[in-house]
Amino acid sequence: MLKGMFSRPENMRMFWKEFMRQCVDIGIGSLGIVLIISMFMGGVTTLQIAYQLVSPVIPKSTIAQIVRDTIILEFAPTLTCIVLAGVVGSKIASELGNMRVSEQIDAQEIMGINTKGYLIMPKILAAIIMIPCLIAIAGFLGIWGGQKAGELGGILSAEQYWQGLRQDFRAYNIFFALFKAFVFAFIIASVPSYYGYNVQGGALEIGKASTSAVVVTCVLILFMDYLLAALLL
Amino acid sequence: MIELVNIKKGFGDKIILPDVSAVMETGKVNLIIGSSGSGKTVMMKCMVGLMPVDEGKILYDNRDFTNMTEHEKKEVRQQIGMLFQGSALFDSMTVEENVMFPLEMFGKGSQKEKRNRVMECLERVQLKDAAKKYPAEISGGMKKRVGIARAIVLNPKYLFCDEPNSGLDPQTSLLIDKLIKELTLEYNITTVINTHDMNTVMESGDHIVYMYKGRKQWEGSNKDIIFSKDEKLNDFIFASDFLRDAKEMRQMEMFQSQDWRNKLKKD
Ligand SMILES: Nc1ncnc2c1ncn2[C@@H]1O[C@H](COP(=O)(O)OP(=O)(O)OP(=O)(O)O)[C@@H](O)[C@H]1O
Ligand SMILES: [Mg+2]
Repeated sequence: MLKGMFSRPENMRMFWKEFMRQCVDIGIGSLGIVLIISMFMGGVTTLQIAYQLVSPVIPKSTIAQIVRDTIILEFAPTLTCIVLAGVVGSKIASELGNMRVSEQIDAQEIMGINTKGYLIMPKILAAIIMIPCLIAIAGFLGIWGGQKAGELGGILSAEQYWQGLRQDFRAYNIFFALFKAFVFAFIIASVPSYYGYNVQGGALEIGKASTSAVVVTCVLILFMDYLLAALLL
Repeated sequence: MIELVNIKKGFGDKIILPDVSAVMETGKVNLIIGSSGSGKTVMMKCMVGLMPVDEGKILYDNRDFTNMTEHEKKEVRQQIGMLFQGSALFDSMTVEENVMFPLEMFGKGSQKEKRNRVMECLERVQLKDAAKKYPAEISGGMKKRVGIARAIVLNPKYLFCDEPNSGLDPQTSLLIDKLIKELTLEYNITTVINTHDMNTVMESGDHIVYMYKGRKQWEGSNKDIIFSKDEKLNDFIFASDFLRDAKEMRQMEMFQSQDWRNKLKKD
């Protein structure tokens, strides 16, 4: 599987075109859902942390600090990627599965195209570039959503929140989040590609492959999440 | 010329092609005929390398295709045009883009030349009007014709068509047969067609291979078929009363020409 993927494309221009198409598909295509979940994710995090931190000795700004770290370290990369595994993963698996079943992959193969390189590689590259961007957006929006929820719920003011955000900030956390994003992006594109590309049978099998792809992707993401936390934190 | 030498192919323990040898001649329309499920599609897919053969060899103009490196195979494949039984059009692209695809991938020349070539091919299959439509918006027969246009756009040396005229009306079907025949003669292509269309068999069968349950049962030309004594072939080709009548009429016609009487005497 891996061997055929890294050979030189037959036609760089076509490869680039396919890559751009995938970037739009993955990036723009899942922007909406990422915007929605990240805002709610931030809001809910603030509310719940405020609910648990009721001690009068802890300043309100600590809430913001915890929200910031939770979102950057865990929620923005992992939660977003679990959702993207469903959105992007099932799309990749069913697109490739459909191409396999309707012999479109064979048709390209016959033309002398290296289909692994032409169909799978652009998807992985596009995911590796677009998904970290989505996660960065999710991080910012999550923190912003947290602030708004704090204000609306009368928990803490904007000034307290901003003050909290600046407390004890570690740039390493951002690096860790982005590193996770790259790893998850690779999983989100490669696992469903594998399942889709190797579908055998008909429409029913496409559905099955797409479901297994999403399940395996999610489990792998969680596993890697644990592994990276254990190794890098 | 494509030669199949003792091809064997099975799926699991189910053997589809036990031992097939055949020659597909250059500049001729070679037909593979046989009833549904007799292994025509499997044989064609083995020929182009989409399915690996279990045993045997396939030679493209004396080059052993079965044992080629990936790189060499790719080179041969760029000279192959293929129409799939289910058309296999790329459904994210319009008709025009589908035909354009092989040209963009491997073709040389300016964008304008390529576009002209695409239009020329679409013209030949009478689909110029549908250029901007998506595969989901056109009929099955139209898809077949787009598939043919896509297969011929790079001027292939070897042309494979899996049932090019199933699902077409008799008129369009004849048009496609004529087109394939013309191209074959014009560019000296080695053309291989899977079919169970009797019109195709009688009109353009320069060389016919009749498959019965995965074995080559009979081989010859469309002229030989009229006088063939092979029972299975006769049952297959002249299945209806109408076709049997047509056969007798054709036989009468042929009897009247001198060389056929001589040939029969010799037999
Ligand atoms: N991928 C596959 N796996 C297992 N068996 C297969 C596969 N492809 C084809 N077969 C079997 O091979 C046999 C021949 O199939 P094939 O598609 O070659 O028939 P055909 O002659 O093309 O028929 P038709 O005229 O209906 O297209 C069938 O019995 C089919 O079940
Ligand atoms: Mg078939």
